[in-house]
Amino acid sequence: MCLGVPGKILEIYEVESLKMGKVDFGGVVREVCLEYVPEAEIGDYAVVHVGFAISLVSEEEAQATLDMLREIIDLEDELGPEQGSS
Amino acid sequence: MRYVTEYRDAGLVRGVLDEIHSTVTKPWVMMEICGGQTHAIMRHGIDQLLPSQIELVHGPGCPVCVTPLELIDKAIAIASQPEVIFTSYGDMLRVPGSGTDLFSVRAAGGDVRVVYSPLDAVKIARDNPDREVVFFAIGFETTAPPNAMSVVQAQAMGLQNYTILVSHVRVPPAIHAILGAPHNRVQGFLAAGHVCAVMGYWEYKPIAEQYGVPIVVTGFEPLDIVRGILHVLKLLEGGRAVAENAYSRAVTFEGNQPAQQLIDRVLEPCDRKWRGIGVIPESGWRLRREYADFDAETRFGVEEIRPQESPLCIAGQILQGLKKPYDCSAFQVQCTPENPLGATMVSAEGACAAYYRYGHRVSEG
Ligand code: SF4
Repeated sequence: MCLGVPGKILEIYEVESLKMGKVDFGGVVREVCLEYVPEAEIGDYAVVHVGFAISLVSEEEAQATLDMLREIIDLEDELGPEQGSS
Repeated sequence: MRYVTEYRDAGLVRGVLDEIHSTVTKPWVMMEICGGQTHAIMRHGIDQLLPSQIELVHGPGCPVCVTPLELIDKAIAIASQPEVIFTSYGDMLRVPGSGTDLFSVRAAGGDVRVVYSPLDAVKIARDNPDREVVFFAIGFETTAPPNAMSVVQAQAMGLQNYTILVSHVRVPPAIHAILGAPHNRVQGFLAAGHVCAVMGYWEYKPIAEQYGVPIVVTGFEPLDIVRGILHVLKLLEGGRAVAENAYSRAVTFEGNQPAQQLIDRVLEPCDRKWRGIGVIPESGWRLRREYADFDAETRFGVEEIRPQESPLCIAGQILQGLKKPYDCSAFQVQCTPENPLGATMVSAEGACAAYYRYGHRVSEG
């Protein structure tokens, strides 16, 4: 129940005065309630749980994480496992 | 898939694992709170790739597993009534109650329907005005905003025939209970990423300080999990008991404000019983009095039910990180996913089910 996958918002519209959207999960498209991510725009990625987007994925933070991890690993390769610990 | 493939990159995962191996200097016990993470760890064999000094114990973050037996029995009693359409997330159907399960109620002619979202249950209520539609509102902080929204939406649509059977639980009080227990072994936590996407992680700061235990918000992909473990390890080795975020692409310190506001409008904190564990103070949410009309327990007046748990099942101790599924004498013998004795063998997030499904890795290792 807690394994929300990020999906890409394809469409945004209103149903019964709720902000809804079509979200693409790697080819599977589902209707998702966007009430909790009022700032959502088409093209954003959202983490979705039981039909509700609960957060938008931050592109910047996603990149920063990958860069940071690559840095740790490169350092590890250079220094070798023994001195690599901080 | 974007934001998925990169976080399954085997090279990066291996690199972080190497870093874990070179960082660890002594034995540590960490707990992943979330059952979804337990499954990811077992499925990818991450536990087998960690240094032997790091022991992962599995937490209570499996909503299906901790929903108290009484509530399952109440759900069964309500679902058996002829005027009721009982709606639920799919994995509740096979959870054993004292005598039977919802699946058997359906087989016996009960109208039990699996829905993907509580808004689907609201639609069913709208389309069946002459029936009572009940939604089984279980889960942690991730399902609270959707479940609360379903009530607000049903009210806005003027529906008189929609109620929810509420059994909501919250993570921070459970962490308190685990750390305050006399036999606690847990020294650091991987906090559940999506619970924190909703609630933020401000609640974990005082807990980390009070118990001297680091807590790191962690995501669900293999790279997220090894990164979370590395982060907890560095804090443990450095003697730093703080709450930090290793899942910043989806989680902020404050969390999702609109979601927290709606939870607060519809639900209020209450003591809650956890299956196999017992009552944890202030660990649940129930409907506020203003929304009492939407409370299935009130509408159906299900009488006090005295539940009967299987005497063999030690799921409660497993959910607190005190035992592992292999310690249960019924594991794989009397208890299997086809014939579960306890809820932890049913759910896609239950530790017993994870060990049953991926346990071969352990015997190989
Ligand atoms: S194996 Fe079955 S009986 Fe044993 S603790 Fe797990 S769910 Fe309970």
